[in-house]
Amino acid sequence: MKSMFKGGIAAVALFAGYAAHADEEANLVINEEIEITVRTDAPAHLENMSTIYSGWVFRSDETQALQMDDFENPGMIFVDDAIEAWNTVEGSKGESCASCHGAPEDMAGVRAVYPKWNDEAEEVRTIAMQVNDCRTEQMGADAWKYDGGDMLNMEALLASVSRGMPVNVAIDGPAQSMWEKGRDLYYTRTGQLDLSCANCHEDNYGNNIRADHLSQGQINGFPTYRLKNAKLNGVQSRFRGCVRDTRAETYPVGSVDFIALELYVASRGNGLSVEGPSVRN
Amino acid sequence: MKLTRRHTLMMAIGSAVAAIMPFRAFAAVEDEIAAFTGGAEVGTAGITLIAPEIAENGNTVPIEVNAPGAETIIVFAAGNPTPSVATFNFGPLAASQSAATRIRLAGTQDVVAIARMADGSFVQASQEVKVTIGGCGG
Amino acid sequence: MADNVKPRVRVPRDATAGEEITIKTLISHPMESGQRKDGDGNVIPRSIINRFTCTFNGETVIDVTLEPAISTNPYFEFQAIVPESGTFEFTWYDDDGDVYTDSKDITVG
Repeated sequence: MKSMFKGGIAAVALFAGYAAHADEEANLVINEEIEITVRTDAPAHLENMSTIYSGWVFRSDETQALQMDDFENPGMIFVDDAIEAWNTVEGSKGESCASCHGAPEDMAGVRAVYPKWNDEAEEVRTIAMQVNDCRTEQMGADAWKYDGGDMLNMEALLASVSRGMPVNVAIDGPAQSMWEKGRDLYYTRTGQLDLSCANCHEDNYGNNIRADHLSQGQINGFPTYRLKNAKLNGVQSRFRGCVRDTRAETYPVGSVDFIALELYVASRGNGLSVEGPSVRN
Repeated sequence: MKLTRRHTLMMAIGSAVAAIMPFRAFAAVEDEIAAFTGGAEVGTAGITLIAPEIAENGNTVPIEVNAPGAETIIVFAAGNPTPSVATFNFGPLAASQSAATRIRLAGTQDVVAIARMADGSFVQASQEVKVTIGGCGG
Repeated sequence: MADNVKPRVRVPRDATAGEEITIKTLISHPMESGQRKDGDGNVIPRSIINRFTCTFNGETVIDVTLEPAISTNPYFEFQAIVPESGTFEFTWYDDDGDVYTDSKDITVG
């Protein structure tokens, strides 16, 4: 499929093109207690890379520092909002998230395995889909907009209680065909610029595209607080933007293509720690 | 690239504008600084400004100012549409006359911090911060 | 009235008399600069937090004037002397007239 050596060359050139002070050896410890794995061996299914890196590694010192402390991390204010929503009774059945799920901390481990196959519904579900299923079926409440503020806040809360745990999404069994669909999408060139995800994020991570320092495009840190728009951003909105930036017809948030892509991209990060809400450029 | 008359004209106007712009921006800051100092001489010792050399994103740039013994520190962004960024007034219970915050920078420019010391004198520090425009950041 | 404006402050719970402590404050606020335009090309009017103060038992620690160049979700970190037990009061003033407050007690042992 692809040259076996491209990944190696990209790794060597990891920080060659970047003038600003990015400390490639730095480790991330949050609040002086949560150890985050930001670099580790690539999972077996990745043929073209030997090491995977969190997006945190590619950012400037100042941006990295913002994520080391929950007070400094502007994404955490949205987690606070979500905690309130977690405890708020909503919908016709008079329940809150807490009524069934207990405290948010009890949800540790959930984020690490999403997206995943749901037996009852017979489909691969992202966290957003599962949250909306809980809201509409268990709470009798309205569904939240897929990548809207309420949903992103809740995703940030669910990610935050799993921080430090390794991402571990299943790629076989009933999820396999979706995973393969996502993999094929990842490697297919599209759009006027004729680019696939892999062209930038596998062949050129560590290099600059104009002034952007390309990462491996891992999603272990989502939802992410982007300095660029000073708010939380969801995975599928990011996918949408990336595809649009290659001047291709982009897919809708929540579409089967993006669910497949999210599953595949999540699996490329198997082994990195759940890191969200992260801080990125 | 075909160099038409239009291209050449546009390039000439463009470079003329580029040459004027920073000068105008700096003049605006000079006025505001003069308003603060009343035209007094401004020293450079005793004030520190910490800002990144390259800002990851101009929307949120962390900076820190420190001037032991200062009553007030004003921060300016010389190239912003309006140069004033913040004024820090320190009260009797400020342990050190220092503060950190996050600011918006419209483009590559000098960030300037000026302190009025307790004895009425003024000191300033400045640093150029490069602000990049992203590539495919979307 | 700006929606969903929430202050957060971090102050140590206790200190020794005269100790210098670090205080961190954050408030979620869009800080609309007045430089942006909407879809129709009309300028979105400025609407920011324009002043932040911190006092301890009534005495000023810091008084900050904010301009539109302060980032969304204004963050301030500064140092305070703690002469005795008491309460830190934090106040943020919005262009639209709203005032947001928070307070934290500290014990000097």
